[in-house]
Amino acid sequence: MFDSLSTRLQDVFKSLRGQGRLTPENIEAALREIRLALLEADVNFKVVKAFIDRVRDQAMEASVLQSLSPSQQIVKIVRDEMLGLFGDTKGGLTESSKRPRVVLLLGLQGAGKTTTAGKLALWLSKQGRHPLLVSTDVKRPAAIAQLNVVAGKAGVQVFDPAGDLDPVSRARGAMAQAATKGFDVVIVDSAGRLHIDDELMTELVAIKGVTDPSDLLYVADAMTGQDAIKSAGEFNSRVGVTGVVLTKMDGDARGGAALSVVSVVGVPIAFVGSGERLEDLEPFHPDRVVSRVLGMGDVLSLIERAEQAITQEDAAKLEQKIRSNEFTLEDFRDQLRTIRKMGPLEQIMGMLPGMGNIKALAENKPDEKQLGRIEAIIGSMTPDERRKQHIINGSRRKRIAKGSGTSVEEVNRLLKQFVQMQKMMKQLGGMAGLGGGGKNARRKAMEMLRNRR
Amino acid sequence: MGFFGRIRESLTKTKQQIVDRFEDIVRLADEPDRRSRPVDVDTIEALEELLISADIGVAATDRIIAAVKKRSDSGEGLRDLVKHELLAIFAAVDTPIIVANAPRVTLIVGVNGTGKTTTVGKLAHALRNEGKQPLICAADTFRAAAVEQLEIWATRAGVDIVRAREGSDPAAVVFDAITSAKAKGRDPVLVDTAGRLHTRVNLMNELEKIKRIAAREVPGAPQEVLLVLDSTVGQNGLAQAREFTNVAGVNGIVLTKLDGTAKGGVAVAIANDLKLPIRYVGVGEGIDDLVQFDAKEYVDGLFEEKW
Repeated sequence: MFDSLSTRLQDVFKSLRGQGRLTPENIEAALREIRLALLEADVNFKVVKAFIDRVRDQAMEASVLQSLSPSQQIVKIVRDEMLGLFGDTKGGLTESSKRPRVVLLLGLQGAGKTTTAGKLALWLSKQGRHPLLVSTDVKRPAAIAQLNVVAGKAGVQVFDPAGDLDPVSRARGAMAQAATKGFDVVIVDSAGRLHIDDELMTELVAIKGVTDPSDLLYVADAMTGQDAIKSAGEFNSRVGVTGVVLTKMDGDARGGAALSVVSVVGVPIAFVGSGERLEDLEPFHPDRVVSRVLGMGDVLSLIERAEQAITQEDAAKLEQKIRSNEFTLEDFRDQLRTIRKMGPLEQIMGMLPGMGNIKALAENKPDEKQLGRIEAIIGSMTPDERRKQHIINGSRRKRIAKGSGTSVEEVNRLLKQFVQMQKMMKQLGGMAGLGGGGKNARRKAMEMLRNRR
Repeated sequence: MGFFGRIRESLTKTKQQIVDRFEDIVRLADEPDRRSRPVDVDTIEALEELLISADIGVAATDRIIAAVKKRSDSGEGLRDLVKHELLAIFAAVDTPIIVANAPRVTLIVGVNGTGKTTTVGKLAHALRNEGKQPLICAADTFRAAAVEQLEIWATRAGVDIVRAREGSDPAAVVFDAITSAKAKGRDPVLVDTAGRLHTRVNLMNELEKIKRIAAREVPGAPQEVLLVLDSTVGQNGLAQAREFTNVAGVNGIVLTKLDGTAKGGVAVAIANDLKLPIRYVGVGEGIDDLVQFDAKEYVDGLFEEKW
């Protein structure tokens, strides 16, 4: 997410770092680069101009010019200004005690409304809610069928009265169904529209009238160009928008549209769609995104991912093993599997502070296949071998290599690495308070990370 | 209404936003006493903003601005300068498609949600009107209900469709379609592929396989590979065009949803940076709303005072 923008900016900062002191000239050069980076990221022209002017004003202040770490200062100014653009918004849905509460999705054609409806339904059911989906898109061929399929995959109910092709009556029907059957959220998918279509705009207003939604989410493609502001603005003034869902952020889109929409239309970003799986929807956190843009990593998101992939019991068990020095190849394999559950390696690496800077990493992308080979090697061992790796002698190594379709060298390398790891674990085991500690400890850790800024 | 009329009509919205602004800029810069002088800084900046706001991109904008700055030599009007430069960008990439062996296979590719399926439907209809007998191949076996959507289009256009079950191998469907086209004498074969982000290596490899199968069945196929771009797309359109060209050998762009407010200005950037021509533009939701691209119409549409 925002990766190319972040690479650009980091190059700028690196060039600043080489300079002992900032001069008005090299600030100007850096600003030119930032401007270009933002424009190529599709940030609105006017937003860029205002942004650059504000950064320049602050950077030219004597205190910055004379400070010992000028590039750090500039990074801080850019960071603060970007956060300022996003405002102090919290991601996710607005607070509402209505029952059923209604989420109406709107947006241009092809932005990803129907997919988002499914993702949102899954996200809500994970929070213990009971969402009901309804499609009011009677215009696009097979749109209703698509929502039905998506709902099936998400394992949620969908309201689809066969033959009813009136959008407003479909929405009304869903409301009635939710009230009688005890659904507490209704997610209304609407027809895609080019915002100049008056007829469909009127229809949206009518749907809004019968459902009284607490959230009107404008679904926007992260790859949208300078037009983003106009369309979001139009939807906002005609129908009203409470939040933006930014989709397709898993591509190399720079998401500059996000900055523009928030700062010009004044609507916060609620969610970000970051992949094709239905699980790939995250509430938006401006501070995390800005940190990632500036190469400061996104540790909080990483921790959240980990929390989703690892259960408390597993963590406690692992901790026990590490303490008592019983970490085996079997545990190692479980660990690998857990990491892979958290998502593609590349994405995870991107969340680590400083990782975006490492050129080698960008060139040799972390190899998912390598993990597969390690798993295969461990899988080809007998349970005994996995528990006591010292019994693995030459002929066993040969057998394992054959069984896993790898070479003896690879088996050797793995075993060597594992022994090193065990040693490290032993040292760690002596330290108190590793992992575990329940929710409170984790909350404390999160708190600490937050305050570090 | 002719094809040109449709582009004009669809660009009306565009016109209102771009042209009004352009008019102001031109009027100031072209006053008789200023005509032979270099264009001043404010004008340059206003023009730059206008072009960037139209998603034309930094490189192409710089090229146009450079031409404008040299104006004092020629004494040409600002409007003509900008238009000439834009036309020059498009003229440099206008290459015909070569079809040595029949049937012609047209691959429709692009990221999710740009309007590939709709484009296939409209294209089939347009080809039917030209008296051709196209065959639609539903190779989007991934997206829920994509095949159903395409079937509806095929019925509307009155053309045959070769389909497979959801989740099956798209390259196999393409093979079936080409075989069927040869047997029934259908030409061209329009292949609708699944939307894929250009950053997804596995999905891009799948496209390469489709291409390989097509080439095996018909030497030189796919003769035409169209990248469908949403007119609202920004500079990411360049990245899309670059990646899809690398993998699938794109040789033309379809600009969809031009009837919205967006101008598809990134197509100028793509023509300038990657030398890819625009072949068609989608100008509405009806089956007739796909027209052949005409650079002069497009540029005139952007900057003409009156139609």
